[in-house]
Amino acid sequence: MNLFYSKVAAVIAVVIFGLIVLLTFEYPPVDTVQRGYRGTGMDLVESRKTEAALVAANALPEVTPKAELSGQPSSAAYQNVQVLKDLDSNELIRLMTDMTNWVAPQQGCAYCHAEGEELSSDKLYTKVVARRMLQMVQHINADWKTHVSQTGVTCYTCHRGQPVPSNIWFSQASTLRPEGMLGNKAGQNMPAIGVTSLPYDPFTPLLEYAEDARVVSTTALPEGSRKSIKQAEQTYALMIHISQALGVNCTYCHNTRAFSDWAESSPARGTAWYGIRMVRDLNTTYLSALKGEFPPNRLGPLGDAPKVNCATCHQGAYKPLLGASMLKDYPELAGASTAQAAPAAK
Amino acid sequence: MLDTEYLNIFTQVQVRGEAIEPGIPLPRPSLPRIGKGGFQYLLGKIGDAQVGPIYLGFTGTASLICGLIAFEIIGLNMWASVNWDPVQFVRQLFWLALEPPPPSAGLCVICPLNEGGWWQMAGFFLTTSLLLWWLRTYRRARALGMGTHVAWAFAAAIWLYLVLGFIRPLLMGSWGEAVPFGIFPHLDWTAAFSVRYGNLFYNPFHMLSIVFLYGSAVLFAMHGATVLAISRYGGEREIEQVVDRGTAFERGALFWRWTMGFNATAESIHRWAWWFAVLCPLVGGIGILLTGTAVDNWYLWGVKHHIAPAYPQVFPTVVDPSTLQGVTK
Repeated sequence: MNLFYSKVAAVIAVVIFGLIVLLTFEYPPVDTVQRGYRGTGMDLVESRKTEAALVAANALPEVTPKAELSGQPSSAAYQNVQVLKDLDSNELIRLMTDMTNWVAPQQGCAYCHAEGEELSSDKLYTKVVARRMLQMVQHINADWKTHVSQTGVTCYTCHRGQPVPSNIWFSQASTLRPEGMLGNKAGQNMPAIGVTSLPYDPFTPLLEYAEDARVVSTTALPEGSRKSIKQAEQTYALMIHISQALGVNCTYCHNTRAFSDWAESSPARGTAWYGIRMVRDLNTTYLSALKGEFPPNRLGPLGDAPKVNCATCHQGAYKPLLGASMLKDYPELAGASTAQAAPAAK
Repeated sequence: MLDTEYLNIFTQVQVRGEAIEPGIPLPRPSLPRIGKGGFQYLLGKIGDAQVGPIYLGFTGTASLICGLIAFEIIGLNMWASVNWDPVQFVRQLFWLALEPPPPSAGLCVICPLNEGGWWQMAGFFLTTSLLLWWLRTYRRARALGMGTHVAWAFAAAIWLYLVLGFIRPLLMGSWGEAVPFGIFPHLDWTAAFSVRYGNLFYNPFHMLSIVFLYGSAVLFAMHGATVLAISRYGGEREIEQVVDRGTAFERGALFWRWTMGFNATAESIHRWAWWFAVLCPLVGGIGILLTGTAVDNWYLWGVKHHIAPAYPQVFPTVVDPSTLQGVTK
């Protein structure tokens, strides 16, 4: 009888162990690509299963064929055209059609152009925001080549068929109980940034207010650096966010033995550095500035406008849309300008 | 024929007296022992079958009360942090924490309750609890006429705890440098600490601490395995020594002399184990204490002292963009 019970116990133990193995580990095949010097662990690790899902999620939308030119600039053909004034009016219609597919395929034109009103009407806030977003796209493509290179971005890079992109962020209060006597979260300690307990809103300080993300001392001995461990946790949270947003590990950019050392970093770190500056620029110049245009239900818990971070465009891919350029089919979005002031809505 | 009972890694013999051993009468003035004691078959499988009576005395009782107060302060703050939601409290338990005062508060003596005051209080009671328990291990050892080795080993662990949560923050001038109370939060703190101070792996005292940590595991495995392996000759009973031929101890000693040329003795192996275990938190605490106070970036310190090798460059030269002219900072 004892033997019987031992056997039952052994079977149960094997089943539990098997379940743990099955549910915990990533299934093979997993591909690894060595990028850095051997022994530094600077490798890419890719599961074929998740890679296939990523490729499917980043399929490109169909490109509408080029329109026959009307020979008339859009500003002459239509009223209240403030951006893309010199674009051929037929090309404007082509772009408007594609924008609808990219941003509001369910809602259609009426998502921005109020029903029963002239096309020129700025009655809906969505139209005012969309106009500003067109300027933002041009600004990114013209002035942030350090980050987006010649690949560029279009509305689809972030929107992917949704009026509000899936990955936006709002400022968060540092505690759930601002009036309470106890239970201060100090801006952290909940599952938000990956599975860590790191600060859940590293974005407001680092991607909007441009606080210094550099926390590691630049001297071997103490020479006055006052960066706290709290600040280190804040930067750490942003880095975990970048890692998740791009679907890469720390060693994609860093040699982890010396995170701060540029000489040991991969070139991707430079691209990311400009990306952080780009996001700050977009959040302050374009997105936060639109706060007044949004209805209250589009604003965050603290009343701020929706903003972008790395995941807004990247969505789990090391390059948005896995590096495919949609911009080449829409040269009007390339822009030629430096930042333009927001036009007044009429 | 092999006596198969010794092939098992679990105890096969129930260590159990004829009757429950109540202990000798306590000297006055002493608080009474708690419980009468009893036999537990399952505990007899892994140790002595008699459980209790236990002596808590003043230090033990006070230590438990202080520990409970600290536990409650931490737990209630965690629960409050999810707005007293019992479901979220359980689901997020590993993420929740009681945080030290913010760095901006410096070394506030009586911090505002919700800005680190609770953390100070929890730290005070937890420390008091640990010190009282230390005193208890010291006094129980003395009462039994033993040496105080256990107490000093425990003190090594308390040293590391105090360095992390009290002494180093004091030297740095900020309670914000201290560790939060929480499962994941204290682990994330550890990682952030290493990042902030340029990689703790280049800290020689951290290296030593790892040596003693892993070394302790190796020594424990060697010692435990040796004693179990000679238990078929009664080796675990420690009756005979290596001076007698053919004894369990001589076999255990010869095993190591033949495999690595040197053998510890039945007495010295416990000194090895004690020192390795004690030195692990002792040198670890020194390493933490030097971080931020004497050394601000352990990697750069390692480069300076030629313990960090330079790797061949495989990427195109990467320059810190913030050092370039005309770049938006």
